[in-house]
Amino acid sequence: MTTEPTTQTTPAIPAGAKWTRRHLLDVDELSPDEIELLMQTTDAMKEVLSRDVPRVPALRGRTIVTLFYEASTRTRASFELAGKALGADVINVAASGSSVEKGESLIDTVRTLQAVGADALIMRHGSSGAPYLVARHVQSSVINAGDGWHAHPTQALLDLYTMRAHLGDPSAGSGQALRGRKVVIVGDIAHSRVARSNIWALTTMGAEVTVCAPPTLLPAGMRPGQPRSEEPLAMPPVRVETDLDIAIQGADVVMALRLQKERMSHGLLPSTREYATLYQLTERRVAAAATGALVMHPGPMNEGVEIAPAVASSLQSVIEEQVTNGVAVRMAVLYLICRSRA
Amino acid sequence: MSLAIRGGRVIDAANNTDATLDILVEDGRIAAVGPDAGKGAGETIDAGGLIVCPGFVDIHTHLREPGFEHKETIESGTQAAARGGFTTVCAMPNTEPPIDSAAGVEFIQRRAAENGLVRVLPIACVTRRREGRELAELAELAKAGAVAFSDDGSPVADAALMRRALEYAAMAGAPIIDHCEDPALAGGVMHEGWVSTRLGLRGVPAAAEETMVARNIALAAETGSHVHLAHLSTAGSVDLIRQAKARGLPVTAEVTPHHLALTHEAVLTGSGESPSGLAYDTNAKVNPPLRTAADAAACVAGLLDGTIDCIATDHAPHAIQDKLCEFDVAAFGISGLETALGLALTVLDIETAIERLTIAPVRTLALDARLPGLGTLTAGAPADVTLIDPAAEWTVDPSLFASKGKNTPLAGKTLRGRVTATVYGGKAVWRG
Repeated sequence: MTTEPTTQTTPAIPAGAKWTRRHLLDVDELSPDEIELLMQTTDAMKEVLSRDVPRVPALRGRTIVTLFYEASTRTRASFELAGKALGADVINVAASGSSVEKGESLIDTVRTLQAVGADALIMRHGSSGAPYLVARHVQSSVINAGDGWHAHPTQALLDLYTMRAHLGDPSAGSGQALRGRKVVIVGDIAHSRVARSNIWALTTMGAEVTVCAPPTLLPAGMRPGQPRSEEPLAMPPVRVETDLDIAIQGADVVMALRLQKERMSHGLLPSTREYATLYQLTERRVAAAATGALVMHPGPMNEGVEIAPAVASSLQSVIEEQVTNGVAVRMAVLYLICRSRA
Repeated sequence: MSLAIRGGRVIDAANNTDATLDILVEDGRIAAVGPDAGKGAGETIDAGGLIVCPGFVDIHTHLREPGFEHKETIESGTQAAARGGFTTVCAMPNTEPPIDSAAGVEFIQRRAAENGLVRVLPIACVTRRREGRELAELAELAKAGAVAFSDDGSPVADAALMRRALEYAAMAGAPIIDHCEDPALAGGVMHEGWVSTRLGLRGVPAAAEETMVARNIALAAETGSHVHLAHLSTAGSVDLIRQAKARGLPVTAEVTPHHLALTHEAVLTGSGESPSGLAYDTNAKVNPPLRTAADAAACVAGLLDGTIDCIATDHAPHAIQDKLCEFDVAAFGISGLETALGLALTVLDIETAIERLTIAPVRTLALDARLPGLGTLTAGAPADVTLIDPAAEWTVDPSLFASKGKNTPLAGKTLRGRVTATVYGGKAVWRG
């Protein structure tokens, strides 16, 4: 008789690998080895999630607090599921508006949460850098669930995991898993934390990244005709292309970003209609990508704007898989971070 | 009552003096400068090995009083000035209420007389309540003692109103100082460049400043009135002013020590505490923002060739909680009086720095028309003297600032060149 999988109390984590980070603020600080460890740990978590009772008590007795200053359904639910699947106590704190509007400073809020015993603070905030401020002032681990336009590391990790599952070379060395793969990110790069974290994650793992957007949705240093910064601390170099029909040729992955409505009122775009004409992922455009290219979207989608409904639901779309992988990736992050706390 | 400052290297740019001399002070005024001029004085300061120069003049200081006394007061701000070697500061009017009436000007003067350690010259608003809609009573403000007009913190955004303000201010006899920032192009929290891209912060493009500099130059040409451009930060602004001066237009400009010596990378890497991750250093959040190394170099070059007239600190003190918060909501500004000299000396030689901190700002706003001899050691001038140890190295520790504003991106940095004594009106107001 085989071992009953539901009686296993720990995930099958690769032996000998080390995780020492107290926080996860962005992907930019992670080495290829650390990302590889996260990926392998995610494999183990996927196995846990496939069990009849998808739970392990690996983090029993730990307290995880989600602190969301911005509305979010999927990311918060994903973290909550991940924490519960690992047996942790999960407390959700919804903080509407900015800390200033609330009258209590962000530092005071997180110190309170620390005082009630939070091992990990999962934080989403509209201001770029807010988790860095918090990480400097609390003993709890801080996991960035999205800060302003800056970073969304677990999204990038789940995207990477999804790409690696379909396209990765398992025999490749560290940092080589996506070597030579062409990834095109289409949409509002300038205001996207998903784009920034993905650029770091993908270039760290050897992929060739192209960003595609009108110049008004590209950040300084990525606009056509602008000199690329040679500074060592600048974003890693990516190919920039304003014409999606050119950008998409031969792509292994095409990722569309959500278009925020307020971009029109700020004069960054003439209309949703023109944007859809130029940048929507259509069947015709996706046909110009490599055979079997993956179609991705971090959600929530505006179907008919940045992505055609038929493309979103096509066989090439891995959008639902991204959501499923999100739970496993967040379990891996929580597990590695909480277990590294003495 | 006499005071002698003996044996120092006296640098007095206005009088082309650079020699080891004594300074004799009597009744609050410079009585004599010469070899052994201080022999037999009642009180003596030994300046051997030190540089002795006129007291520094800052034409751009935020003293925060009235209204924001938790950030700074006239008392604490002038103490900070004395420590930084400044004996005259021009107080910006973006207080609460803003200084837009003669009563407001008189309030500043009275508080300065009661609590000020050094001279405070009020600057008054260009527009009522700094709202940019109608002119303040500029003639009455000037008569009450306002040395210039500015809505600093904001530009006079309406070009037509700015034109009328320039015309009218010329009659009132004081220049308009404009904070050059196109409101539509601004709205960011740091320089727009590779650092803002990396950090995901909203940027302020160089063009936000340059379009307003260009507008103000056009209005100076149109009106013939003196416009002074505050805290320049971009290479493009320096070029525009260079051209304007070549045309003989009545345009002057200032630059802060931080725009001469620091860059936008300060936001990324921070100072002081050990860098774990990215700093998002709110103490490096300032308006206009710290820009690129090329911009800073252009500002230095502009200051050296006379395109930029003088140094001003834009001392902008804030309370701890104004900076201990998210970068987006943190207040703009650097507490600059106490680090001005040391920071300026990272990019300038001592002779240039002294000239640009003394007689240059006086001439920029024609302050010597009201206070003859200000910024010089000419006999009869106010006995405002600063003593500097140019070789002294010191580490910036904001907790030791006299200013209530501990907000500096220089915490923990070592600077060279320190003010060791400040004499104001013949009285030592600071001995380091």
